[in-house]
Amino acid sequence: MVNFLGKGILKGMVVTFTNLIRPSPTTQYPEQRLTVSRRIRGTELVWSKTKCTGCATCARTCPQGVIHVVTHKGENNNYAVDTFEVDSGYCIHCGLCVEACPYNALFMGYTFERSKYRRNSLVMSKDDMAIEHQPASGYFHPEIAQTLPEQELLVYRGKKK
Amino acid sequence: MFAGLNNNPVSFPQAMPPDWPGNAWWHWVIFTVIILVFFLGSVIMFIYMERRVLAKMQARIGPNRVGPFGLLQAIADAVKVLMKEMVTPANADKIVYWLAPAITFAPVVMVLAVVPFADGALLADLNIGILYVLAISSLSSIGVFMAGWSSNNKYSLIGAMRMVAAVVSYEMPIVLALASVVLIAGSMSLNDIVIAQQSYPMLLMQPLAFLLMFIAGCAEINRSPFDLMEADSEIVAGFHTEYTGMKFALFYLAEYGEAVVMSSVIATVFLGGWQGPFLWPWLWFILKTFFVFFLMIWTRTTLPRVRIDQLMSLAWKFLFPLALINLIFTGIEVLTYPDGIPWYFIFANIAIGAILVLLWSRLYKVGGGRIAVG
Amino acid sequence: MTLRTEPFVLNMGPVHPSTHGVFRMRVTLDGEVVVNLEPVFGYLHRGIEKLAEERTYTGIVPLTDRLDYVASMTNNLAYCLAVEKLAGIKVPERAEYLRVIMSELQRIAAHLISIGSFFNDCGAYFTPFLYMFRERERIVDLLEMVSGQRLLYNYMRPGGVSQDIPEEFLPALKEALNQMPKYIDEYERLLKDNEILYARARGVGILPKEMAISIGASGPVLRGCGVKWDIRKVDPYSIYDRFEFDIPTGTQGDCYDRYRVRVEEMKQSLRIIEQAIKQIPAGSIRSDVPQLIRPPVGEAYAHLEAPTGELGFYLVSDGSIAPYRCHIRAPSLMNLTALRDMIVGWKVQDLILIFGSFAITMGEVDR
Repeated sequence: MVNFLGKGILKGMVVTFTNLIRPSPTTQYPEQRLTVSRRIRGTELVWSKTKCTGCATCARTCPQGVIHVVTHKGENNNYAVDTFEVDSGYCIHCGLCVEACPYNALFMGYTFERSKYRRNSLVMSKDDMAIEHQPASGYFHPEIAQTLPEQELLVYRGKKK
Repeated sequence: MFAGLNNNPVSFPQAMPPDWPGNAWWHWVIFTVIILVFFLGSVIMFIYMERRVLAKMQARIGPNRVGPFGLLQAIADAVKVLMKEMVTPANADKIVYWLAPAITFAPVVMVLAVVPFADGALLADLNIGILYVLAISSLSSIGVFMAGWSSNNKYSLIGAMRMVAAVVSYEMPIVLALASVVLIAGSMSLNDIVIAQQSYPMLLMQPLAFLLMFIAGCAEINRSPFDLMEADSEIVAGFHTEYTGMKFALFYLAEYGEAVVMSSVIATVFLGGWQGPFLWPWLWFILKTFFVFFLMIWTRTTLPRVRIDQLMSLAWKFLFPLALINLIFTGIEVLTYPDGIPWYFIFANIAIGAILVLLWSRLYKVGGGRIAVG
Repeated sequence: MTLRTEPFVLNMGPVHPSTHGVFRMRVTLDGEVVVNLEPVFGYLHRGIEKLAEERTYTGIVPLTDRLDYVASMTNNLAYCLAVEKLAGIKVPERAEYLRVIMSELQRIAAHLISIGSFFNDCGAYFTPFLYMFRERERIVDLLEMVSGQRLLYNYMRPGGVSQDIPEEFLPALKEALNQMPKYIDEYERLLKDNEILYARARGVGILPKEMAISIGASGPVLRGCGVKWDIRKVDPYSIYDRFEFDIPTGTQGDCYDRYRVRVEEMKQSLRIIEQAIKQIPAGSIRSDVPQLIRPPVGEAYAHLEAPTGELGFYLVSDGSIAPYRCHIRAPSLMNLTALRDMIVGWKVQDLILIFGSFAITMGEVDR
């Protein structure tokens, strides 16, 4: 092949032209949505009232120290949880609390669209986090992960799996 | 569509000197309106096209929300920009700072006065059309320099200095490339040049001149890979770093306006302007203009930016000598065949162009490098 | 007649399109030529080393994500190696393979960003950058599938990894491995032979071999100078001694060489992942580590080959649940010490290019 000034430029221009014709991998977010990972660490914590014993392992594990647990002694020699608050404004969604929970009472959330208008509405109470209200993610909970839809991957785009 | 206008003079009372081009006063009114509409319409379409094509080439989608297919995106942006607060830097040279956008913008529109939309359909059929284009189009660099100087911003100053250096250097290859076309066409009027391309476009007869004109034109109007004046990754936004609101919009308009003008001049001179079968002449002209602009987008997408000394060396060591040699060859051809160069010289010229580019790419050294600093 | 000129001081940054974060360079210019340069660090200082002294050993893992935030996996791994060395924790076989796969995927993803932003600094208007983000997306998808997040993975733990891979991971990874060479080839065609890139990057910003060694440079910056130094080979950590791969090196240490080294390293990473997929055993993924690790009193230094260079963690334990001292050897910071000597004498545009060829992340430089 002859080497001349502009050969590399022409090769590059062929590449950009092929991309002009090739469909773009973009998905247009609010209308088209991709299914997220089954293990997504979503924007909120999900808490199960029935399973939680108030041991506060999560609060000790949290690197940010944003989990606030207050208990009192209940009737069957166990703890009754008075307060279970998470300031999700400080939460870094590391998932360590979910890993640490010995009673499988804490889950990461499955959704990611939880922006709020007020700073103080980011502080989530027991009721905000109740598992009855919102879907839980399969992070560290394989039994939940199996029930969630499979993640859409870019590698399979435009291909039969 | 406009073909008849110039040929059938209407006996209105002459309000202007008889030796002025155009025969009737309404000729001037109509064409001023047409040029303004064409200018603004194409700027909007160019912005849209640049953003969409650029996006597609970059594996994105591009603006597609405002209006059908995002066609109104440029208008939405304009409305947004007009509603912005106008900020003048405290230490700016206020008068120069305010004048600069207007001085940049005005010459850009003025160039279109001599570009024909159809046979004889142009504002002023100047017999020195090419000279007018060259003279007026480099005026806007004065405005750019004013902007860079008066903003009192270091990035602006660097951008403006680069701009002036580039425009001065790249005038030379443009003039020489156009001169060889003028030699073949035998006229400086753009309309006559288009008529001279009746049988084949000038691109085939002057391939090297087209290449030189395209490269130098890209540099002249700050298109990538020669967009050092507003190199966003280096000097933030170059000369218009400090501009906001309406004044910024004028710079933006002037930037794309220069692209419109440069594309339409290249389309007129090298691609046969309004000549073409089947379609209306003005449609052919617009299609060719957009095609030239598409080439500019394509190069912008692909190429990295050159360095300032390489920009200079490209102009003076590569484009300038090639343009000169091309002019000499064209001169010889014109002297040998004074009644028109035979068509088979197309192949000769393509061969000459290819050989020159190959040869010169061996001889050409970029130069530059580390400078010893004390 | 000589014109009187005076130097021109330009503050590049801290907010500038090409400073890869918040970095400030106080540049003295003579016309377009840089005559002096004074880097100013610290705009992104978050005190990660100090914060680490107040957290449990497991709680520091999310902090390490935020060092070089384009290469979280390798940061996690470097930290976990240090803790394991300190506390004498054994890592199960399967976890070692998962760690290798993840950190090599991460290396490809980080190099894609490095090369893309290097081209962006060259002025190739976002095209290579967006192409490379398109391919990075494939890798990030996979890492999201495993760890649940797309940037700050927080996947590795002292003693293994946090979760096993889901069963759909390996087929998807194989598919991605099939596609990647095609796309790497596309980048090669896009800009490898580009004349403007030759003119801009070849012979520009040469880092002499001796200087690179004496400042402690590492990673692609060092290998671009022709030094065959890769922690994966010279001090194999994890199970890197079981894989077969080459160390790509440059010849003269200019910006173009650093770019080439990164591209070749991506190909080598693909090779490593292919071998790892074949060898990966079944078994547990995390050894039995107490939730609050209390390493014996002592100190440990562990290092690995991060995408930017030799990333090291130096931990001192006083026997409590938090380290007494945690020092991070940030490769970006070490590499940046050569900045002034490499840039003086070049032009403003070369400054951006040379700075871009380091591919630093400010999160790591300032910590």
